[in-house]
Amino acid sequence: MVIYLVGMARAATTADAFNAVAEPRRREILDALADGERSVTDLVATLPVSQPQVSKHLKVLREVGLVRSRSVGRQRLYRVEPLALKPIHDWLQDYERMWNERLDRLDGYLYQIQGKE
Amino acid sequence: MTMPIDRSGSAVVTLPSHTEILITRKFDAPAELLFEVWTTPEHIRNWWGWERDEMTVCEFDLRVGGKWRFAAGHAEYGEFAFSGECLEIDPPNRLVSTETFEPFPDSKAVNTLTLEEEDGVTTMTVHVQHETKEARDAHIGSGMESGLQHSLDRIDEILATERETV
Repeated sequence: MVIYLVGMARAATTADAFNAVAEPRRREILDALADGERSVTDLVATLPVSQPQVSKHLKVLREVGLVRSRSVGRQRLYRVEPLALKPIHDWLQDYERMWNERLDRLDGYLYQIQGKE
Repeated sequence: MTMPIDRSGSAVVTLPSHTEILITRKFDAPAELLFEVWTTPEHIRNWWGWERDEMTVCEFDLRVGGKWRFAAGHAEYGEFAFSGECLEIDPPNRLVSTETFEPFPDSKAVNTLTLEEEDGVTTMTVHVQHETKEARDAHIGSGMESGLQHSLDRIDEILATERETV
């Protein structure tokens, strides 16, 4: 999963996925979690962010449902909730679909004119 | 006769930064032909635009400083016009031009088309550089809101034409 597709000003509301991922550090956290579950300690070790910062960002991400957590022994493990990313994915996907339609048309046209030559 | 590779739907859009858009796709055609089809009005009319809506304006003056303007009427949304100017021309590999979605004069972006041919396959990239993240996001949003949905039957038509001619 790749989280490069984000950081959009479109939403004026505060607690939604769009705003949560507008923050670069939060995108880094999501990217780090994309490979699998991790603890806060683990995240602090990989990212150039302090533990209170990581905890703060995780709280925001949890509030909008982008991240879920579970306790394993004394540890709390965090993971990405892919469904919450869907609105963002859809937003870009419509644009990608438009380009695909246009370029598929171009492709078809290229075949057509090359076939006639 | 070998069947061509089905590349439909293979265009990929990525957002390298807050102000950029990058579109990538491969074509089974020489770069030279692709460049011509991208920059000649008679060809552009055959692929650019909206589902079933005729382009009402299609001008492309392929010279440094030359202007281009495309418009298409949309049954539901009225006419949409885009225009800009050619900044750098290096056929068949590179074209740098500006693009403005006319209802939003502040939306000017710089587009760089790159075509790289290898063994008869040309990789096309369109790099769109906006001035602000807001303009970039609005640009992406417009793809959705202006209803640039292309119906599946039109794609089928094109595929059918391909099968006949290839």
